[in-house]
Amino acid sequence: MVFAHIGIIVLWLFLFCYIIIASIDFGAGFFALHAKITKQDKKINHLISRYLNPVWEVTNVFFVFFFVGIVGFFPDSAKYFGTVLLIPASIALILITIRGSFYAFENYGQDSKLQWLALYGLTGLFIPASLATALTISEGGFVIQKGNQIDLDWVELLLSPFSWSVVFLAVISVLYISSGFLTFYAHKAKDSKAYQLLRYWFLFWGPPMLAISLFVFLSLRVQNEGHFVTAVTDYWWMFLLSLICFTVAMLFMLQKKWHGWAFILVIFQMGFAFFGYGISKLPYLLYPMVKLDHAVVNDNMAIALTISFILGLLLLIPSLILLLKLFVFDKEYVEGKK
Amino acid sequence: MDSVELARFLTGMTLAVHIIFATIGVGMPLMFAIAEFLGIKNKDPHYMTLAKRWSKGYTITVAVGVVTGTIIGLQLSLLWPTFMQIGGHVIALPLFLETFAFFFEAIFLSIYLYTWKRFKNRWLHFLLSIPVIIGGSFSALFITSVNSFMNTPAGFDMKDGKMVNVEPLAAMFNPSFLVRSFHVVATALMTMSFILAAIAAYKILKNKFKKDTTYHVKALKLTMVLGLVFTLGSMLAGDLSAKFLHQEQPEKLAAYEWHFDSESNADLVLFGTLDEETQEVSGAIKVPGILSFLADNSFDTEVKGLNDFSKSVTPPLIVHYFFDIMVFLGVFCFVVSGIYVTMLCIKKLRKYLHVKPMLFGILLTGPGAMLAIESGWFLTEMGRQPWILRGYLKVEQAATQAGGLTLVTILFAILYFVLLVTTSYVLIRMFKEKPAYQEFEAIANERGEK
Repeated sequence: MVFAHIGIIVLWLFLFCYIIIASIDFGAGFFALHAKITKQDKKINHLISRYLNPVWEVTNVFFVFFFVGIVGFFPDSAKYFGTVLLIPASIALILITIRGSFYAFENYGQDSKLQWLALYGLTGLFIPASLATALTISEGGFVIQKGNQIDLDWVELLLSPFSWSVVFLAVISVLYISSGFLTFYAHKAKDSKAYQLLRYWFLFWGPPMLAISLFVFLSLRVQNEGHFVTAVTDYWWMFLLSLICFTVAMLFMLQKKWHGWAFILVIFQMGFAFFGYGISKLPYLLYPMVKLDHAVVNDNMAIALTISFILGLLLLIPSLILLLKLFVFDKEYVEGKK
Repeated sequence: MDSVELARFLTGMTLAVHIIFATIGVGMPLMFAIAEFLGIKNKDPHYMTLAKRWSKGYTITVAVGVVTGTIIGLQLSLLWPTFMQIGGHVIALPLFLETFAFFFEAIFLSIYLYTWKRFKNRWLHFLLSIPVIIGGSFSALFITSVNSFMNTPAGFDMKDGKMVNVEPLAAMFNPSFLVRSFHVVATALMTMSFILAAIAAYKILKNKFKKDTTYHVKALKLTMVLGLVFTLGSMLAGDLSAKFLHQEQPEKLAAYEWHFDSESNADLVLFGTLDEETQEVSGAIKVPGILSFLADNSFDTEVKGLNDFSKSVTPPLIVHYFFDIMVFLGVFCFVVSGIYVTMLCIKKLRKYLHVKPMLFGILLTGPGAMLAIESGWFLTEMGRQPWILRGYLKVEQAATQAGGLTLVTILFAILYFVLLVTTSYVLIRMFKEKPAYQEFEAIANERGEK
């Protein structure tokens, strides 16, 4: 079933894009709040809003793209994930709503308020936590099935060390990725105060992130041994590459050199880990109930989706490049001269 | 309430909130593009200021529109998982395309909003609004296609409770797609015109800054003329919808009109109340023969009545009230904008353009048009009951069985309440103490015209 593979690769790629750019966004909100409370807001908040104002809405679309895509390519997963995620996903939706709208109120409105910044900054950390539940559940063991009826096993979920370690990993990764990008952006803007603060954050969050990743690995062994075994026997090299990228990125940052490369290495580090995790998980979308091959959409629709996807990308990629050119790679804009 | 009613209630609530912002989202880009076009072409800083201020307010509504749209997108799977499992793979194409259109719109909207001063050639900035308009309208078309599929399913065969032989294009361009899209886009543009007109009318009535008067008068003239044009489009769309329903969904048309017995020369029922037991309508204005005429352009056409359908497939009769509200408000907007534009055309009458009764009338068209949109959607969605997928899947078979639905519904209700209040608060504050004349003076200075 080649369409199943096209579908999952496309979706996994979009999810990855979402994770990276949403992390930058979520982390930035938290840093902005923290800076405000510790009265360092003059240092970094202008920098953050210069980057975020034009891109935050696009970030959100990556997420929409992923969940619409997964229902389109794998309609069976809609039934299972849709049912068991009712509460976790609703909470995530409420948080996303609060965050998105209060971001707009705070930044485009007439006056900004600390309460609004707080809502927007804190929700940014809870969203990854609630979204991570979907990944946790997909490892199996949290769904109760009685005949035709399915529901989420809350007790199991809340007591599981695996689910908690995934939550912590999600939150820390957000802060790590975000500070990595913003250090690069501040360096480019020649904003030394913001740069120092953000570089400090990056170095601060790196080591605990590594530690918690190892813990996730160990608890995955308890939760879903098959997945763990595939990961360490067939795809160990991907995780090793991820570790190397992490180390080099840290070294660059310590040396205060090559900030652009350091961030690219962060992307690769996350990429290797994320795709290594994803590929070792196959063929299950939701263990053991939804398998990739069985859940895939019919051929006619898969062809239509693939064609529209290619055409869509032809339209999107140039537009995205234009967006980046204007707001990320434009030196004068980044330095605040436009 | 049981889980089916809760799921319906929550979906209805989400859509009722989202449709406000979605309508603004479809209508607004064209409005500020037209204003910017006039501003550049006539070198008129008033119109440039209009475009800037409209798009500035739009940043707030678009943010809320994006997040409520995300909610409804995910709620489809959360609240109606069985429907998405059975039908999701047939409507996947328009759903997927909708995200592309939305993506496209989001990118160019960001660029549009943050590049007012970046291009030397002013037309370049204006051109950026075109992909925004295209993206916005196409996302409306695609999502309307999904909804029209639920009303008039097409493009598949049913076999053992599963949909097979799927034809993606036939499903997307299902029979009601064109009529509904036309209606959705036309009414969105109409509503947006009247909302902006109502704001201008309010500002003329209660003006703090005398220097702003010309600006608001210009805004009012522009939006009222556009409003009349789009109202005519909406009325045409409405007429086509009635004819379409007569052909394809007669039980829906009959319920709108409390039309019980099949007959030719059928009456159009306006207002009134109904005793459901005896099928007696009291207090209504009945216009003889018009229903037949609306359905098929001939008084002799036989219109099917509700008694010809099994009780298990007819919609709730409350929809008639929504029909009344929608049509009444639509006609009201037509009358007000018609009078205004006529007066604008006749030189002698122009001095009466901004008399108080006129302005109060215009003030009502904005909220009125939005209320008509809401009623229209309640009408068409409740008119589809008991089906979620007309003819194939009933609502009660499709709702989620997950626990915790009550909690989720309460949480969302609180969220929407807070969201509507804060959005209004922020929008009002945004413009309250900010006179427009400072902005157009700044724009005029920039060009060295002053």
